[in-house]
Amino acid sequence: MIETTIHRQNPMIDPAFHAWGWEIPVYLFLGGLVAGLMILSGYHIIRALWDKDRAHGHYVTAPILSLALLTVGMGALFLDLEHKLYVWRLYLTFEVTSPMSWGSWILLLVYPALAASALLTLPQTFPKLARRLPFCSRCAGALHDCPRVVQAIGFANMLLGVMLGIYTGILLSTLSARPLWNSALLGPLFLFSGLSTGAATIHLLAHVRRPDSGSDDFSDAVLSALVNWLRPPAPGHVGTQKLEHADNSFLTVELLLLGLFIVGLLSSTEVHQRAVELILTGPYAAAFWVLVVGCGIVLPLTLQFLQAQHRIRSTVVPALLVIGGSLALRIVIVAAGQASAWTVASH
Amino acid sequence: MSRYGMVIDTHRCVGCMDCVVACKTENHVPEGYCRDWITEVTRGEFPTLRMEIRTERCNHCDNPPCVHCCPTGASHVHERGGVVLVTKEECIGCKACLAACPYDARFVHPEGYVDKCTFCIHRVEQGLLPACVSVCPTHCMHFGDLDDPLSEVSRLLASRAHHALLPEAGTKPCIYYLT
Amino acid sequence: MERLSRRRFLKISAATFGAATAAAHLPDALRAAAAQGEKGVRTVATFCEMCFWRCGGIAHVRDGKLWKFEGNPKDPQSRGRLCPRGTGAVGAYYARDRLQKPLVRVGARGKEQWKAVTWDEALGYVAERMQKIKAEHGAEAIAMFNHGIGVRMLQHVLKSYGCTNFAGPSFAQCRGPRDVGFRLTFGEDVGSPERTDIENARCLVLIGSHLGENMHNTQVQEFSDAVGAGATVIVVDPRFSVAASKAKYWLPIRPGTDLALLLAWMHVIVTEKLYDADYVAQHGYGFEQFAAYVQAFTPEWAYPETGIEPELIRATAREMAQHRPATLIHPGRHVNWYGDDAQRSRGIALLNALMGSWGRKGGFFTPASMDVPDYPYPAYPKPARPKLDNPDKKYPFAHEALTTGIREATLSGKPYPIKGWFVYATNLLHALPNEAETIEAIRKLDLLVVVDVIPSEIAGWADVVLPESTYLERHDELNVEFFKHPFVSIRQPVIESPHDQKPNWWIARELAVRLGLERYYPWKHIEEYLENRVTGAGLDFAQLKKQGVIRGARQPVFFDEGVPAEFPTPSGKIEFYSTQLQEHGFDPIPRYTPPDPGPAGSFRLLYGRAPMHSFSRTQTNPLLADLMRENVVWLNAVAARRLGLKHGDWVRLRNQDGVLSNRVQVKATERIRPDCVYLVHGFGHTAKGLRRALGRGASDAGLITRYKVDPLMGGTAMSVNFVTLEPADAPQEA
Repeated sequence: MIETTIHRQNPMIDPAFHAWGWEIPVYLFLGGLVAGLMILSGYHIIRALWDKDRAHGHYVTAPILSLALLTVGMGALFLDLEHKLYVWRLYLTFEVTSPMSWGSWILLLVYPALAASALLTLPQTFPKLARRLPFCSRCAGALHDCPRVVQAIGFANMLLGVMLGIYTGILLSTLSARPLWNSALLGPLFLFSGLSTGAATIHLLAHVRRPDSGSDDFSDAVLSALVNWLRPPAPGHVGTQKLEHADNSFLTVELLLLGLFIVGLLSSTEVHQRAVELILTGPYAAAFWVLVVGCGIVLPLTLQFLQAQHRIRSTVVPALLVIGGSLALRIVIVAAGQASAWTVASH
Repeated sequence: MSRYGMVIDTHRCVGCMDCVVACKTENHVPEGYCRDWITEVTRGEFPTLRMEIRTERCNHCDNPPCVHCCPTGASHVHERGGVVLVTKEECIGCKACLAACPYDARFVHPEGYVDKCTFCIHRVEQGLLPACVSVCPTHCMHFGDLDDPLSEVSRLLASRAHHALLPEAGTKPCIYYLT
Repeated sequence: MERLSRRRFLKISAATFGAATAAAHLPDALRAAAAQGEKGVRTVATFCEMCFWRCGGIAHVRDGKLWKFEGNPKDPQSRGRLCPRGTGAVGAYYARDRLQKPLVRVGARGKEQWKAVTWDEALGYVAERMQKIKAEHGAEAIAMFNHGIGVRMLQHVLKSYGCTNFAGPSFAQCRGPRDVGFRLTFGEDVGSPERTDIENARCLVLIGSHLGENMHNTQVQEFSDAVGAGATVIVVDPRFSVAASKAKYWLPIRPGTDLALLLAWMHVIVTEKLYDADYVAQHGYGFEQFAAYVQAFTPEWAYPETGIEPELIRATAREMAQHRPATLIHPGRHVNWYGDDAQRSRGIALLNALMGSWGRKGGFFTPASMDVPDYPYPAYPKPARPKLDNPDKKYPFAHEALTTGIREATLSGKPYPIKGWFVYATNLLHALPNEAETIEAIRKLDLLVVVDVIPSEIAGWADVVLPESTYLERHDELNVEFFKHPFVSIRQPVIESPHDQKPNWWIARELAVRLGLERYYPWKHIEEYLENRVTGAGLDFAQLKKQGVIRGARQPVFFDEGVPAEFPTPSGKIEFYSTQLQEHGFDPIPRYTPPDPGPAGSFRLLYGRAPMHSFSRTQTNPLLADLMRENVVWLNAVAARRLGLKHGDWVRLRNQDGVLSNRVQVKATERIRPDCVYLVHGFGHTAKGLRRALGRGASDAGLITRYKVDPLMGGTAMSVNFVTLEPADAPQEA
């Protein structure tokens, strides 16, 4: 029997550590999603160079969407900062041991890479808008004339996507005082979660913006997108089918990594076992098993498998589940991680 | 090179929290916050009990995770005595260091930057003891250079049984508790 | 900026004093300096009043703002180090809840409805009411309850007026039984600060005394020194106190049975001939009767009473004897527990006598003081009637006045009516048992004046509330202490009061002027008074003001240093057998009476101190409130499980008379016996002005509706109440 009494009442620290609210999970989720989108769209940019016929229109909105999502994510991160006016201090130094420092510099590279790919795809995404911005169109045209540059942009997006995805996990895993996070597997786990979410998002985009919608007017596109939401997707569309396959692979790897993450902690010290119990059997278990594993991975995996077998009709439901599950994964890991500790105080 | 540390005699400490008030007045720690605190650990079952009372604070670790994770260099190791400090004008308030510290020794000051024990380096540089050490009515706290084998802290460590907090966390804490 | 010399200040304030009602009692020069943006750090030596220990300290003011208060190395009590309350004293200055202006009641009594008035109005009102009471009932009908060194200034004006009834809870609600028990045995008090030589003790026995939580600075410092030096500590306490955690032996005694343990210990020591035979033979009186008497009280007899194993009783008795005479059985301080308190204290005194520790190193020293003459005041008028707190010597051994005696007389109007109360620096509603009785007495009054720093519960019932400066803002009576090292210390203002607060001496003097008693005030400013006394003692006043403390030459304090072994008892010896007790019909040697068991399923309510709080008066100090915002109710972990309560659950305590406490959190712990619960005293405030403390924690005082009166000396034993626990909702904010 051990009774520990800590006579301290610091906000965020006592009675239990809780420094991060919704902002950080949202940031990590959007960062992971953007990472996935960058890898997928980067891959698509490169493949489109070899095989123009097989280029699918639904990838092209990804870079612009990524820019928007990343900015929202950065906004969430900024909201979390307690000393906001000093944020510029991030860019006066590079701290080699700090994942956050790495992250802030990676983000600084991600923006131009995304901007380049967005520029590349602008005429295809929003032709009318592109016509209004002749300079951008000219630049896009010029880029398209240099396949090596296009290839470089594609590779840059893929590489930075991988870095960004891994960073969102490593950011947590280096905070060694929270034993639940003490696993480098969080890096690949969040990366593959980002990839599956990215694939699901492109899948959704495919529904929103079909090649057969025909209109190149922005407002028309938006209106038709709304209508398209309500219609079942075109059966057997070659692009979405591939996406489902890809998404299933990512989800499978994600599930595997999640398993390894748990096994790794369970086979570590008592402190780590107690930490992982928080999500396995403890106060975060319901959210973890139902939202993250069940609805976020296993269910969409099953649905997409059945869709691929044409046993059920293809819908956007699996994609939505994957996106929701991905957000839930971040929320659960961030919250339970904060609750995990090296010391256990009775009060 | 010097390596500042503390040696605290848990036999003498009564947990009165004078160290906490002294720190608060010396360093203008805002209301509702503290840089040092008391922990009581009781083991056993009635009526066979033993209790350790400790005055705790930042351990000014030799391997400080809070410094490693700081993205701006605001958290740093001071050139004098290896003291871990935060430069408030460089801190962005990301709270990574709060999450990295296994001792929960840091907090966010109401003005937004992260704050913590400084070993009263402003006093130490004037040849004074940290405020908590200087006021302690039980004389349970000793401050000095752990690298100097002749210092009081080194001699106490050499002659008495002691432990540090969470050495298994790998932080190499510089505060020792005599048992 | 160079601070102005204090001599200059004296001249300024002496010259301007009396020019207006709100005359400068504080350094005008300081005020000017602050207004001009005083820069840098200046220090002032003074002594503390966060409790009654009066430690010397040095206050620091930085850039005109009160910064910190540290121990004065020259002071033998603080030895350069203060306790948390002393260190947190600056919080008392900054506390937003402190009284700011004189207040006169406008609503019904106890409703805390006030009108802020000027000092002239407030004191004029008080003087007028006093004159009326004097005219109708005589000056003796005005009584005062008081605490702290400032008492002497206010008593002076009242004594000049003809009052005679003054009492502090420090006797009948605190250390009275102990001093009576020791007087009956050794002929002398233990005193305050206690004459215990803890630092040299080789074996320290604490019976219910929780040093370390009970933060009497010098004692705690010496306790740590003794522990550090490897002294054996034996703690008798139903609770595993901080001191118990330092002990070789913890005896978790059944509450109320300490005297049984003492008798068993004495039985072992006498039958095994472990006592100091020479000392007893030389100084003892009635030892044969005593030795015969204790034969019956074997450890086996004590076991069912106390719950302490016979072998443990023997082992601890032998351990004590092994270290004698440096074995100190600590007399404690607040000892009003079970109603047998004076006799229990006498038991402690007798055990010390067996150890031969009185007058010996590691036991009890003989305190010395410096010879400082009183101020040559004119003689006070002789009161027309005698004191009424202890009519007909009902409690024959009460050598100080009884607060509860005055309360009783106020209620009954006998032997003569009491119509006015002055209450100085004591929160009577938390200090006296059975709050309802106090309130009933207040309803009989024509005038209740409360002089305090914070709007305490008693202030809530006052007709006039006079806001006193905190001790960091005022002069006070000179501290001429009886201690191991004789010394004199001075209190002097560090900073001016933030609002319209005044020091006690100013309030007293201004009241005297309004009562036509100027002739009792040959001095105009207290510095004249202080200088008179200090220079009268042949000391340098300027040096005292500079250093805060002047120490006298070390004098012998132990028998073997040359202190004569004198015992001012009737027999002139240590009375193992007390003929005075026998003459008054009491047991000449302490007799054990089993405690009353409480109602089935209830817990005995015990209470005690926390190191960062003094009574009920520091809970609004922002620095100290940060250390402990509210109390918790200690409940044995097994008992908690039985009641279905978890650590951290909210409950209310209901006592045997149906009184329900404020909500409080459960501390489910192994550190307490399963038959009692424990609260730190001073929480559960109900006064609306104490915003920071209002409704935080549970008040033990509110639950102490019953008390047992000590037949020897009239002390009120308070650990005789029983409570049950009822689940409560958590507060909204938690």
